[in-house]
Amino acid sequence: MQLPGRFPGGIHPPAHKERSTQQPIRQLPLPEALILPLRQHIGSLAVPCVAVGDHVLKGQCIATVNGRSGVPIHAPTSGRIDALFDHPVPHPSGLSEPCIRLVPDGRDCWTDCQGFEDYRSLTTFQLLERLHDAGIAGLGGAGFPTANKLRTGVESTIHTLILNGAECEPYISADDMLMRERAKAVADGADILAFITRPQRVLIAIEDDKPEAIAAMHAVCSERDIQVVTLPARYPSGGERQLIQLLTGREVPSGGRPADIGVICQNVATAAAVERAIRHGEPLISRIVTITGDRVANPGNVEVLLGTPFSHLLKHTGLSGQADRLICGGPLMGFTLPSTDIPVIKTSACLIAASEAELPTPPPARACIRCGYCADACPASLLPQQLFWFANAGEWDKAEAFNLFDCIECGACAYVCPSHIPLVQHYRHAKGEIRALRQEKTKADQARQRFEAHQERMQREQEEQEARRRARAEALAQRSTAAQIATDDKAAKAAAVRAAVERQQKRTATDEATVKRKQLANAEERLKELKSTLAEVDADSDPRRHTRLLDSIARQEARIASLRAAVESPSTDAERHD
Amino acid sequence: MTGILTATLTVLLLALIFGALLGYAAVRFHVEGDPLVERIDALLPQTQCGQCGHPGCHPYAEAIAAGEAFNRCPPGGAATVQALADLLGQAPQPLDDPAGIAGSVRVARIREDECIGCTKCIQACPVDAILGAAKFMHTVIESECTGCDLCVEPCPVDCIDMVTLEPTLDSWHWTAPEVLIASDKDRGEAA
Ligand code: SF4
Ligand code: SF4
Ligand code: SF4
Ligand code: SF4
Repeated sequence: MQLPGRFPGGIHPPAHKERSTQQPIRQLPLPEALILPLRQHIGSLAVPCVAVGDHVLKGQCIATVNGRSGVPIHAPTSGRIDALFDHPVPHPSGLSEPCIRLVPDGRDCWTDCQGFEDYRSLTTFQLLERLHDAGIAGLGGAGFPTANKLRTGVESTIHTLILNGAECEPYISADDMLMRERAKAVADGADILAFITRPQRVLIAIEDDKPEAIAAMHAVCSERDIQVVTLPARYPSGGERQLIQLLTGREVPSGGRPADIGVICQNVATAAAVERAIRHGEPLISRIVTITGDRVANPGNVEVLLGTPFSHLLKHTGLSGQADRLICGGPLMGFTLPSTDIPVIKTSACLIAASEAELPTPPPARACIRCGYCADACPASLLPQQLFWFANAGEWDKAEAFNLFDCIECGACAYVCPSHIPLVQHYRHAKGEIRALRQEKTKADQARQRFEAHQERMQREQEEQEARRRARAEALAQRSTAAQIATDDKAAKAAAVRAAVERQQKRTATDEATVKRKQLANAEERLKELKSTLAEVDADSDPRRHTRLLDSIARQEARIASLRAAVESPSTDAERHD
Repeated sequence: MTGILTATLTVLLLALIFGALLGYAAVRFHVEGDPLVERIDALLPQTQCGQCGHPGCHPYAEAIAAGEAFNRCPPGGAATVQALADLLGQAPQPLDDPAGIAGSVRVARIREDECIGCTKCIQACPVDAILGAAKFMHTVIESECTGCDLCVEPCPVDCIDMVTLEPTLDSWHWTAPEVLIASDKDRGEAA
């Protein structure tokens, strides 16, 4: 088929896929423990619904989510919940997040799974609900919850459903092997996805360096309404936007979603997981991971349970010597793992244990020579050297004006840069800074609103108090006036009014004096308290608290002094204190 | 003659009509407040901590508009100084941060088992970020707390701590790569 479109730029890095496609997909023995992060993709943390010590069955839900910003997590095998703890997760930051540790009991005993052979009798929303409950998230990229993505498709009219089997990044061959061995599952999954989104056509896109996968998919798709499209191998043709541009000739608008132009894209591995979830009722508990690199003795693809530590994978594929670099994901978009006890999650497609010769540490960056190679390579038609210039100088607004947020962080620019500038890291840094600034701005606006509301309330309360006080005084004056009117003696009345007002004034004055005296007593008591606390606090072990106490004591003493002065000379009632 | 008269009268009438229109518009669409103050206020972090020597961010914005130095807001940090310098068209000054708190994200946290429910901290909080009632345990709504420190001092039992928030996956982002070699750095700054 003649492709209707093309995307600009792109690169042809060496693929290095042969060594991991020599053997069929292997299964691994159960590890000693599984570590399941409560967040396996963007979105909020899942909430555990099991307690430490519980026994769970394979496929049982162990963490749920509130709302739709994530998907639930299921036990990948039967066993005992051993701990809820913080553990490093596969993320470029190397930070820890809450995880569940599951110790397998070795029986691998399934919970009841109810599949639907006849899924066409279910409604779209029932199917979406099932996909959500089965914990299906995109297995190709950032792990966006599949049901949410499909929902955007259901809400708009979709003309093309694309199954992404391009797998353009070097080293990774997980989707390739999946299509070779489980073509039928992929095609069945595609049928289910098509039933949900009802497109006019379904395409499976595969790069032409995977002839076996293309043949296998052809064999199962010939009698279905699914078209297999062969793409010329070029990185990053598997990027969602680039693939859509190739297959439809249309560009997804900046900041928009594919559904806006009537397209929906799903990874082939996600399609296979959808098939397991709907027809067999099995939640997402395992995935295929490519283990490769110079330091792996027996490279290939393995089907591993989610939560399996990478060290377990390396143990069973054989680590020859010490890996110089451990990369999670591909060499262009992946990140370096700080250690091997980090677990596999829904988005981990590949682990590379590389030697220094294979993926050398990049040499120090040199000055940009403005050669323009990066702009030629950029698949998003950006101007990478301009973006770099702005990001480096901290000119965020200009970087944004040059469409920094359209950058897909594919790394093509950095790959071709003769000066070895780590361009992508500059962009990631700039994006992070801009997002943080936006967040700060919202927070400041919120604080301003709350502060203004607070001010208003304080003022209102004060005014109300003032009004109440005035009303009381007036009522009192009036009452005495009324009593005097009866005697019909104007002079007496005036005198009485004067007397009443004087009484009132005196009362306020004595009131103030009493209040002051009371405050003085309180302050003295508090001073005593503070001093006794000070005696207990050790200056060396808690210096912060110690100085704070000293501070408070000094302030309290000053206050006492001013109060005492006020009490002893009652005429200075003008003095007010807070 | 009548021609001149008609023309003069017409122009006069038009002048009157437009004058009335403009006068009405000036009253009807009157802009409250000093827009410069609002624009300065929009750049301040709204922590309301008073470290600038003013009882909140808006008063400081007014003071800046009246000519006070604009480098006295530690929570805003160097970025705010830079933004203010850009807005005011003046050279940025180094941040005046005697306590050295710029750059850290802090929130108040009440040691809840020690709280006696005196409501003193509620009265001190400028953004109503503390929840509680008399004689009941109080707690800080972390997402609303600006970290201004104002609730720490009034607490009679000293049970409020200011904690520095550790980065989480939500707040973490990539750092800038190692600085480039000297020649490029110079050029980057010159550009
Ligand atoms: S490829 Fe590198 S050196 Fe060439 S213009 Fe781009 S950033 Fe500069
Ligand atoms: S990383 Fe961004 S700027 Fe560089 S080539 Fe890819 S899309 Fe273009
Ligand atoms: S120092 Fe505090 S009160 Fe003053 S402007 Fe900055 S945040 Fe606002
Ligand atoms: S809780 Fe304390 S630190 Fe936080 S905003 Fe309120 S007064 Fe400031």
